[in-house]
Parts: sequence; structure tokens; C-alpha cells
Amino acid sequence: MTVTPASFLKGAASLAAGMGVTIKSFFQPVVTSQYPREVLQITPRFRGHIKLLADPENPLATNCIACGICVRNCPSGSIKKVEGEKKEGEPKRRVTTYILDFTTCSQCGICVESCPTKAIGFSGDFNIAGFKRADFYFDLVKEFDRRKKA
Amino acid sequence: MEQIVKFFDLEIARIGAGLLAAFLFVVVNALILTWAERKVAGHMQLRIGPKEVGPYGLIQPLADALKLLGKEIITPRNVDKPIFYLGPIMIFIPVLVAFVVIPFDSFLQVKDINVGILVILAFSSFTVLSILMAGWGSNNKYSLIGAIRSIAQSVAYEIPLLLSLLAVVMMTNSLSLKDVVEAQKGIWFILLQPVAFIIYFISSVAETNRTPFDLPEAESELVAGYHTEYSGMMFALFFLAEYTNMFIVSAITVTFFLGGYQGPFLPGIVWFLLKSYFLVFVMMWFRWTFPRVRFDQLLNISWKALIPLAFLNLLVTGGLLKL
Repeated sequence: MTVTPASFLKGAASLAAGMGVTIKSFFQPVVTSQYPREVLQITPRFRGHIKLLADPENPLATNCIACGICVRNCPSGSIKKVEGEKKEGEPKRRVTTYILDFTTCSQCGICVESCPTKAIGFSGDFNIAGFKRADFYFDLVKEFDRRKKA
Repeated sequence: MEQIVKFFDLEIARIGAGLLAAFLFVVVNALILTWAERKVAGHMQLRIGPKEVGPYGLIQPLADALKLLGKEIITPRNVDKPIFYLGPIMIFIPVLVAFVVIPFDSFLQVKDINVGILVILAFSSFTVLSILMAGWGSNNKYSLIGAIRSIAQSVAYEIPLLLSLLAVVMMTNSLSLKDVVEAQKGIWFILLQPVAFIIYFISSVAETNRTPFDLPEAESELVAGYHTEYSGMMFALFFLAEYTNMFIVSAITVTFFLGGYQGPFLPGIVWFLLKSYFLVFVMMWFRWTFPRVRFDQLLNISWKALIPLAFLNLLVTGGLLKL
């Protein structure tokens, strides 16, 4: 490559332009979020583990009737046990136990789509950690009750 | 008190105290610069950089130093032991010598040698030697390639470095750093010798093996270059030397082109450090802006551009001085 005065000046100008870019960024506010200190709002379409949704008319109860369609539809067999009971004076069955094995769940969403009462949705939990497999067997009813209290 | 003053009148005591101060300064300077470099890098990439250890991450370099001290010094089996151990130690000789002659203030100079700049430049060649020792002694292909590159680079860039400083020396008629500073009472030499300043600054970045001229330690192709085999404190010595060399070349630039310790209102030492650290910042700025040059480009810049330009500058300076 031959260097002409014109190409030399062009190169020098591009070097100066590059330095302009970096010095501008130097004085700009940072774009990273300081994770443990501040946690970003998780986007609504994020797929965490599934959770039981609250009834839109009664936020203290779920719509799950423990029909078991999700259990039969789950391609990985991750939904281990769904049990419910019908109490006297209530119109519908109510879920009492809902065990999800999150170690095999791939968040495909078939359970969410097949639910006849729209009682299942994805949670925004992204930082789940544990030391043994049993740490990832979630009882979604208990998890729902914890959220209800909070 | 009088005894203390008398004590420091002794030549040997002055140099001893100066060397001790230089050692202290080397360590403190490296601690500050490692922190500053990571902060500058962070903010130039729109992130924060170290922030957890101490306020604004200020204690981070101390933590790093402790970590390096605690690490095992590994000596690979096939290294050339005397050379391998001498390499990181030798790299400190030019550093200490440079601190003896740099005038930090009109009174803050260990010894005003009448060939001051010659001493610095002569001893700075030791850096090449110690890098060669480290590369050869490591008995490792990456180290050797890194060392050989470093030598080709240092030889190429020492010439424009000397020639650009020579233009200033021709104007001041003195090799003493103090005389050079005093000659800039009215006007800084950067205004009279802008070409020499640019040539000197580019060459000095190359001499300190910093990006965009960091081929000796090009981590993408040579692992870490000449210090691949060094670990723990021996690696830290190379690291320390790099940051100290950054400060030294900046200090020489300030002395020769930016009026040294001269400036209004503030004391001389403050001006000197302000100017020097600004140039160090510019070098960091270079590092986080420019990509690494290719090896043929590196040598072409020196032999085909900087050296002819420096000679031309010298010729013009000589001609104008004769007028």
C-alpha cells in the first residue's frame, strides 16, 4: 500500500474521529445495570418456570380446577402431580397440590396453551439456584400462597 | 534540623533518598494507574469498571497486589534460570535511573546531570535487553517471538525518538533536563516543534509497548508475549515497569515539550504531575480507541514515515536556527 498525502490525512482524520467517539462515551452515563445492587424489571414475555395465575375476578384464588390436562400434555413429563378437591358450597374443584419438576421443563408452554381455565402462566423468576435436584421441585400452590400473602 | 540539611547536602545521601522516593513513587504510581486504566476502559465502553472494593473501587489495586503476592512463583522446568530470574529485575534499572534526572520541580531533582536526557535514553535500551532476557530465558516459542518483535520495534522507534528530541536539544543547546525546562519560560516547545512533539509521542507509545503498538504481548496471537511464563510477583514486576515507563515517557514529553514544571498559580510539582498524568490519560485513551497495527505497518510507520519526517524536521530546525 502506498501512502499519499491525501490518504495520510484521511487516516489521521479517522484516528481523530475514533478518539472523538471514545471520549464522548467516556463522559456519557453508563448503560450497564449493577446487577446485585439494582435488578431490572423483567420483560412480560420472559419465560421462567410456570406459575399459577390469580383469578382476574378474585385475586386471592386460582382458576385451576386440577383437571390434569397439563399433566397429560407435558412432553417432558415435568408436571409430576396435580391434585384437587371439591369443597361443599363451592361451584368448582380447587387445586391443592401442583408439583413441577423444573429440572426437565424446557418452558415450551404447551401446558399454558392447553389449560382450559387459563390458570397457568410464566413467572419472571430468572435467578433460581440450588444444590440438589430436589431444590427444583416446586409446589406451585404453595408458591401461589406465598405470593398471595406478599 | 541543621544536621538534616547538612546530611542532604551530601551527594550520596541525596541519591539514596531519591532512589527510595523513586521506589515509593513507582509502586504508588502503578497502583493508581492500574485503577485508572480500568476505570478509563470501563467508562469508554459505557460501563463503570471496578467499584466493589472500597469507594469507587479505589482499593482494588491493593487487593490485586495482595493476590499477586499470594500466588506461587512457578519456574518451568526448562527455563534458563539465571536469565529467567534476571529479566524482571533488570527491567527496573532504566526506571530508577530516569527518576534520578527528571526535574519534578525547580528544586525537586535528585541530580542535575548535564547529559540528563542522554542518560535516560541510553538506559532505556536496557528495557529491550530485559525483554530479550525474559523471552529467551523462558524457553517458550511465544515468549521468544514476543521478545524478537519487541526488539525490532524498539530499535525502529528509538531512532525517531532520539531525532525528535534532538531538534529540541538543538534549540536549547543543552542536554540537561533542567536547562530544557528553563528554556521554555516564555513559550512551550510544543508550539515551536509540533512535528517533533507528534513524532516523539507516537514513538514513546511504541517504546512502552502499548496499544496500538503492543505487538510484543499481542494476547490474541502470542498468549502474553515475553511474560507468558512468568507468574505471581515476577509478572507483577513487568506490569509495574510498564506503568512506570508510561509515566516516565509522559514526564519526558512534559519536560521537553510542555514546559515541565512551569505554570501559573499552582506549585511546580502540581503542574508537572497534572501535565504528565494528562498525557498518561491520552495514552490510555489511545489504547481503548485504536486497534493493534500489523507488524509490517508497525515497521513501515517508523522507517518510512517517522524517521524521514524527523530528519526533515531536524533539517528545518537547523536551517531556521542558522538564520
